[in-house]
Amino acid sequence: METLARAIEVTRRYGSVTALDGVSLDIRRGELVGLLGPNGAGKSTLINLFAGLRRPHSGRVELFGGSPADPVRRRDIGVTPQETGLPSTLRVREVVDFVTAHYPRGAARGELLERFGLTGMERRQIGGLSGGQKRRLAVALAFAGNPRLVFLDEPTTGLDVEARRALWDAVRDFHAGGGTVVLTSHYLEEVEALAERVVVVDRGRVLADDTVAAVRDIAGMRHVTLTAGELPDLPGVVRAERDGSRVLLLTADADALVRALVRADVPFTGLEIRPTSLEEAFLTITAHEPQAA
Amino acid sequence: MSLLLTHTKYRFLETIRVPIAVVGNTFFPSASMLFFVVPFAGDDPLVATLATGSMMTFSVMSTALFTHGLGVADDRAQPWDPYTRTLPAGPWPRFGSNILNGLIMTLLGILPVLVIAATLTEATVTPAQLLLGLGALLVASIPFTLIGLFVGYLLPAKAAIAVVQLVLLPMAVGGGLLMSPTDPPAFIAAVAPFLPTRGGAELVWAAVGGPAPRALPLAMLAVWTVVAGALAVWAYRRDEGRRFS
Repeated sequence: METLARAIEVTRRYGSVTALDGVSLDIRRGELVGLLGPNGAGKSTLINLFAGLRRPHSGRVELFGGSPADPVRRRDIGVTPQETGLPSTLRVREVVDFVTAHYPRGAARGELLERFGLTGMERRQIGGLSGGQKRRLAVALAFAGNPRLVFLDEPTTGLDVEARRALWDAVRDFHAGGGTVVLTSHYLEEVEALAERVVVVDRGRVLADDTVAAVRDIAGMRHVTLTAGELPDLPGVVRAERDGSRVLLLTADADALVRALVRADVPFTGLEIRPTSLEEAFLTITAHEPQAA
Repeated sequence: MSLLLTHTKYRFLETIRVPIAVVGNTFFPSASMLFFVVPFAGDDPLVATLATGSMMTFSVMSTALFTHGLGVADDRAQPWDPYTRTLPAGPWPRFGSNILNGLIMTLLGILPVLVIAATLTEATVTPAQLLLGLGALLVASIPFTLIGLFVGYLLPAKAAIAVVQLVLLPMAVGGGLLMSPTDPPAFIAAVAPFLPTRGGAELVWAAVGGPAPRALPLAMLAVWTVVAGALAVWAYRRDEGRRFS
């Protein structure tokens, strides 16, 4: 599979802060990659390196086999601006035309706006748009050049549920048409819903790089829920919460926990076992100190 | 080339859609023209013509300092600026559009002064003198464009606006733009030749029929241009290093 973007042993510092520490990552054609990590983990720095805004202190960043600093290499990428920075006095039509003018095969304006639910807003001044409309316009601009690879940094922050789902559909359509997507998100639900591959980044390092399911399994955590009274000490419980008569237990070994429950001969009903969400996996992976079992 | 024009078009649209910025750009030179030149120099063609040249120089300085000083500082604060760097274009369309937009704003700034001079004073020029005068104004604006760029790349917007204002008035008054070109007060006569304003103004005056420029102000104009150019390049590189390396 063709590699569109590549970071090789990349280190990047800001003053005394190390934003990226020996990160290697390949983005291959047709992938939908979610970059996951807490604030300050290095996700945006990584995107800035791929987009040519920053240079690594050591290591190498490649975009379509060349340097991201070369404008020609950036013809096939699209990046989302921060919606707070869109020029407020320009009209929607003007800002789309401005961005499109940079690309050899720009998108048709009407069709682009339609994909992002902005039909009929061509003549509106950007300063007069709602936050959600600005956000959608900002994401639409990443697609203005008909790119092969888009970098979406927090694409749906501040959108309501309906708008978020509409935007997800637009991203999925792009991906279904052969496009490659790298997105960062605060919303784990978003990464879970869109991404096939998850790269967990924390403190400038890649902690995990695998499929969504595999990353979930790395943590291997299970939720065990049951209705019971006072419980004895049970093995392997990472976290216990009580909600009325329901008890929620988080454990790495659900089988051992259930055996221990039965052996202890405590009365319980309504036993449920389910895999953890990506969020819990993520919290487990990025936990800075090992959890006491 | 077409990208340069595209960038210039949208930068210009952004500028003129804030009408107060355009009004601010034209107000002081026009107001000075109405208050100081029209009532006092209206009758004498040469005095009126030279005073008009002074006001146009003032206008050009003001536009160059504000458009670049404030404009660049403001751009740097907006996330839109780094975004445009991810587009497939080199640095030239962005930079060039800034300069072209500055020139357009300069023209817009001197137009009202020109209209007031033509209708309300006895100022007069031949077409050749007018063209020569515009060329001289262009030369006069260069050091102030560079000082503007220096301030814009060095300082945040709030500091830039203060510094630009602090630079503008002493440079204009000290250069003798608000006095008689031929008979300035002793203090102005002493400092003016050392300010970049004076060399530019003398070129403008000479172009429209005034006395020939003197060597010292012209040499100082060149020195200021070179120094301001070096400072602007230094501030630009420093900013690039901070934000984009």
